[in-house]
Amino acid sequence: MSKRKPYTRELPTDWWMKQLFYTKYMIREGSSVFITIYSLILAWGLLRLSQGEVAFNAWMTSLQSPVAIIVHFIALGLALYHTVTWFSLAPKAVDLWIKGKRLDDKIIVTGHYATFAVATVFCLLVIML
Amino acid sequence: MSEMNKKTYVRSHEPVFWGLFGAGGMLTAFLTPVMILLTGLLIPLGIIDQGNFNYQTLHGFATTWYGAGITLVLIALPLWHTLHRIFHALHDLGIKRGRDWQQVLSYGFAFAVTVFVFTLLLQMY
Repeated sequence: MSKRKPYTRELPTDWWMKQLFYTKYMIREGSSVFITIYSLILAWGLLRLSQGEVAFNAWMTSLQSPVAIIVHFIALGLALYHTVTWFSLAPKAVDLWIKGKRLDDKIIVTGHYATFAVATVFCLLVIML
Repeated sequence: MSEMNKKTYVRSHEPVFWGLFGAGGMLTAFLTPVMILLTGLLIPLGIIDQGNFNYQTLHGFATTWYGAGITLVLIALPLWHTLHRIFHALHDLGIKRGRDWQQVLSYGFAFAVTVFVFTLLLQMY
């Protein structure tokens, strides 16, 4: 055992609630919890799908419970927040240069939203049609 | 002389997880909102018809090789993103004990669910 006693600064557990910037950061990180739950719900749905039609329809019915609706509602809000934060960071990740000029951030962000809109409409149509 | 200065570099496994984190983040950003909207709200609330989200169509889709691949990616890939974030959020919350085990449990969880989904799809195929 080392006799060294390094100073560790105290960190209150609610540090992220005192500044809006940090709160928003933690909401973004917290969205992961609900997206994880959603993935688990889907994984469970796949299990029920593999067990036959009766099991699958029972899973579908369970999604109608008020708790399930509330969880999905919160998850949707947080997932959209993740989307917004992800797209706002996109220009830092893409960093495209065309003819020696850096592609404008706005174009990259708008491009992402356009793709998002197309993907959303596409998914809705795939299920509905 | 040069022999003495030789360093052995230990390869980090971070890039692998970072890659999965990024890919999962992309998928989550583009597709998760509409997926939640469909399977969690519009269909259960009866706002839209069940449509193709019925047993026959889904079972038929999940038992093709491409359908199985798409299903695996849609369910499992977001977890590699979210568990990466949860692992780092534990640090942000000041939970210092057992970082190694936190990491094993976080990525292990994502891995376990991936194997679960993969096995189900294989069994149905």
